[in-house]
Order: sequence, then C-alpha cells, then structure tokens
Amino acid sequence: MTSVQIEVLLQTVISGIFLGGLYALLGIGMTLIMGVMKIINLAHGELMMVGMYIAYALFSFFHIDPYLSIFIAAPALFLLGVMLQKFLINPVLTVESILPENQVILTVGIGMVLSNLATIFFTSDYRSTPVEYATKAWYISDFWKGSPIELSISFAWSVSFFFAVLITALLWFFLAKTDMGKSIRATAQDTDAALLMGVNVKKMRIITFGLGAALVGAAGCLFIPIYYLYPDLGGQFTLIAFVITILGGLGSTVGAIVGGLILGLFESLTATYIGMGWAPIGRFVIFIAALIFIPGGIVSLLKKQRFG
Amino acid sequence: MKKFLPLVLLAVLAVLPLLGLSTYLLHILILTIMWSVIGMAWNLLGGYCGQVSFGHAAFFGIGAYTAGILYSKVGISAWWGIPLSILVVTIFALIIGFICLRLRGPFFALGTLAVGVILRVLAENLTGLTDGNLGIMIRERTWVGKTWYFYIILALATLAFILVKKVIESKLGYYFVAIREDQDAAESLGIDTTYYKTIALCLSAVMTGLAGAFYTSYMGYIDPKVVFALHDISIVAIMVVMVGGVATYWGPVLGSVIMVLLAEGIRSIPRLGAAHHTFFGILLIIIIIFMPNGLTGDISKIKRLFRIGKNV
Repeated sequence: MTSVQIEVLLQTVISGIFLGGLYALLGIGMTLIMGVMKIINLAHGELMMVGMYIAYALFSFFHIDPYLSIFIAAPALFLLGVMLQKFLINPVLTVESILPENQVILTVGIGMVLSNLATIFFTSDYRSTPVEYATKAWYISDFWKGSPIELSISFAWSVSFFFAVLITALLWFFLAKTDMGKSIRATAQDTDAALLMGVNVKKMRIITFGLGAALVGAAGCLFIPIYYLYPDLGGQFTLIAFVITILGGLGSTVGAIVGGLILGLFESLTATYIGMGWAPIGRFVIFIAALIFIPGGIVSLLKKQRFG
Repeated sequence: MKKFLPLVLLAVLAVLPLLGLSTYLLHILILTIMWSVIGMAWNLLGGYCGQVSFGHAAFFGIGAYTAGILYSKVGISAWWGIPLSILVVTIFALIIGFICLRLRGPFFALGTLAVGVILRVLAENLTGLTDGNLGIMIRERTWVGKTWYFYIILALATLAFILVKKVIESKLGYYFVAIREDQDAAESLGIDTTYYKTIALCLSAVMTGLAGAFYTSYMGYIDPKVVFALHDISIVAIMVVMVGGVATYWGPVLGSVIMVLLAEGIRSIPRLGAAHHTFFGILLIIIIIFMPNGLTGDISKIKRLFRIGKNV
C-alpha cells in the first residue's frame, strides 16, 4: 500500500468510528425501550428528527449553539416520550386484538404524524445549521511535525463524538449505580420478579420510554452540525437503530455500543471503497448476516466466551 | 342472500363502466380495487397467518419493475409482466422468506421493513437495469379510456378474493390460523410452521406483485420512490386491513374503499392536502386503540356503541 492508500484507509476508519459513536447513542435508546417494554419503537428516528428540528429552530431563531441545545432538546423529548407512552402506548398494551403487533403499528402511526407535522411546520426543504466551526478541522501535522502521513479530523465530528461518549458514560453510571437505574434493569430482566421486589414497573416503563426519547433527542443535536435535516429523515435512522440492536443483541446496552461502532465502520468503508449510494446496502448486508449467523447478537458471542 | 352478496357486488361493479362514469370516478374505482387486492394479500399473511409484514411494497415494487423492465429492456408489452411477475415474485418471496421467516412477531415485521428498503436502494442504484431514479416510462398506452383497465383489475380482484376464500376454507387456512394463535403449539401438533408460513408469504407476495404489475401498465410510469414507498405502500397496505377488519373476507375491500376515498378527500382540500399522512397516522392510532380488529372485526362493538347511544 502506498502512503496515500493508507491515509485514505485511516481517514475512513476514523470517520467510521466517529459515526459509530453517534450510532451507538441511537442504538442504546432503542435497545433500552426494547429491553424494558418488549416493544419496538418504530418512531425512534422520527423522535430524533424532532430533536434535530428543536436544535435547528433554537439555532435559527435564538442563535443557540446546537451542542448547547442538548440541554433543551433532551428534556423536551423526555416529556414527549413520557406522554406518548402514558397516553398512547400504555392503553394499547391492555386492548385485546387478533394481532399482537399492534404496538409496533401504533409507533408507526406516531412516526407518520410526527414527520408529517414537521413537513407542515418547516416545509420539506433541506435544512442545516451553518455553525462557523462546521468546516474547521484538526490536522495531524499540527501536532506532529514530521508525521509521515497526513490526517485531518473534522472539528464538529470530534466534538459530537466526545459528547456521545460522555452521554454514554453518564448513562452507564445511571444504569449501574443509581437505584432507579437498577430498577430499570430489573424490569428489563424479569418484569414479574421486579414487580414482586417492589419495583414500580409501570413508572419504570414510562421513564424508560422518556429516557430513550431523550437519548435520541440528544443524538439529534449531535447530528445536526454535521448532517442535514429534512422531515423524512426519521425512517432511515429508525432502521439504523434497529439494525444496531439486532447486531448487538436485543436489549443489551454493551451490544448496542459495539454494534453501533461496527455499523459505523462498515458504512464508512462501503462509502469509500464501493460508492456513496451503496452505504445503505452495506447496512443491510450486516443486518442479514447478523440474523443468519449470530441470531443472538454480539452479546451472545461475548457470553459464550466468558462461560465456554 | 348473504351467499349471493359477492356475485351481486361483482355484477354491479361490472355494469358500472357501462353507465358512462367520468374518467376520474373510474380512476378512483380502479385504485380502490387495486388496493383491495393488496389488502387481501396482506390479510392472508398478516391477518390469517399472523405474520405482520411492513414490507409489502417490496413485492409490489418487484411486480411493477418486472413489468417495467420487460417493456424497457426486453421490448415487449408491459402486460406480459402480469404472468411473469408470478414467477419473479415467487423467487424473491422464497429468498425473503428464507431470511425473514426465522424472525418472530415484531422482528419479522422489522425484517420485512428492511427488505423493502433494501429493494428500494437496489432499484435506485442498479441503473443499468432499472434506470435508477429516472424511473421507467411506458410510452404507449394500451387504451386511452380506462374501461379495460377497470375490467382487468376487477378480474384480478375476483381471482384474489376466490383464492383467499378457497385457501382459508381449506386445511391450509386452519394451519395458518393455528400458527397465528400459537406458533409453538402449532409446531408441537406436527404443523411444519416454516413451510406453511412460506406458503402464506408466497401467496401473499404473488397477489401483491400482480397488483404491482398492473400498476405499471395502468399508470405508465414507475420509479423506486413510488413503488417501494414505505409510507405510501407498505403502511397503507396495513391500514387498509386494519381499518377494514383483520382476518375477514370483506375487511380489505371495505378498508380500501375508506382509505382511497379518505386519501382523495383529504388531498382535494386546499392547504390541508399536505397533511394527509397526519390524518392517516391519527386514524391508525384511533383504530388501534379503540377498534383493534377493524370495522368488520369489531362490528359487535360498534353496534353496542350505537345501542348505548339510543338508550341514553
């Protein structure tokens, strides 16, 4: 390999990891909801779209930096998630019907309404937040004068990645160390046992949905400085989140992180070496391969290693 | 009387074009009948066999592109797509079934959703075969008027209705319902669930593909975003069945009438036209919360509602 080829490869890997960090955040939200409530939230990408529009509106009307608007978008999405869970999803869980997949179809309905409302309020134009640091980058030669290869790292991407890692770490702390986090994990493991141990399962469900929505809202704020925005963008991110959860293992947070990184890397590699338009195909090749070869997800492989 | 209802309806529909309906009304009728075919197809797999698919646009699109590619690349009439799509769609359904049918419940739903998106991206990128986002245009229309198109889709719908009825009344239908009610119990009774689920998927896919092939000839233009659309095909297919009635013979027919009229009605309102997805979404939410089995399925509930209204 010539040094140019190595540069291209390294550059691709770096952007893949950055993308993967953001994907992981998306996947964790989905996997939390899936683990605790046993339903698939097909409005996940649409919730992210709502978060992105909040950041966009704050930027264009009040000139608030997209990274700062995490503190507004995440709580707003938390409230939205709580309300959706309380007034729409909970009632459906008790309704008797022929098809058991009604909750999934319900979330599709919610997603449709959200994306259509966004079209009405913001029109279907492509939007972005033109922050001044969007085109800034770090060069490896700035730090290491005699470097044999030259790499550049986008400033906005690295900040987004940093925030994604920070939020993931905070979430890990919340789930592992606090009482409420433990209750959520208990509900995910065994609802009945958690109920018997005095966990307010109903409340945990509502909080989990809110938390998942807040995470994805934060992910939206991290995406908007580096991505563009349009009302129908939700669907593709719902699928990405779903592919990550299948790849990582259902309901597993660690799996979602690993799955997100793998997907980010793979997409970045397909985009560089095969072509931009084929990146979505790479995503689904992974999805199908995961279904056929590791149906339990990456987590099942890790577990086998530990006990086998 | 009830026994002859389908025949009466068929006779009334067959006479309709002779009354000199306007082209627009005929167009609405054709769309309604096409949607009822897709609804019946979805109902066979989703309603009776319990495998909720979010990717019926995949089969619709394959049917449509079979017809379109026959015209644009092979150079024969797009109508040959109707017989050929049966073969092509069956092959695709077998492959898709091999991958997706190992998933259960909501995961099957998402697997099919992914398949629908994969096929759209493929159709966008395989420009040599499908002309990508340019789409395929059928330059010569077979008939200027819509009467013959109407009779062709009516014939397809009649065949689909008879097929669904025969399948559901046969042993196969009982297997399907057993799988829907409890897959493990069905398996333990000696039903080869994967085999029968694959049959349900193939039958459903072929019916949807036929509607797709008809769509190409009728509309004269297809592109990946239209025929592989998630919201406008896959979700509407679910809504047609959910609104009309899950696991009923007449549910998809009733549902397609309501959905097509609703779509046309909302689109014709100025300013509100862009919001038709919002209305669909709200309708879907309301149906799921209050009438999860649809209008035909929950007819006793509706009757009770009216009786209470009278007493008060």
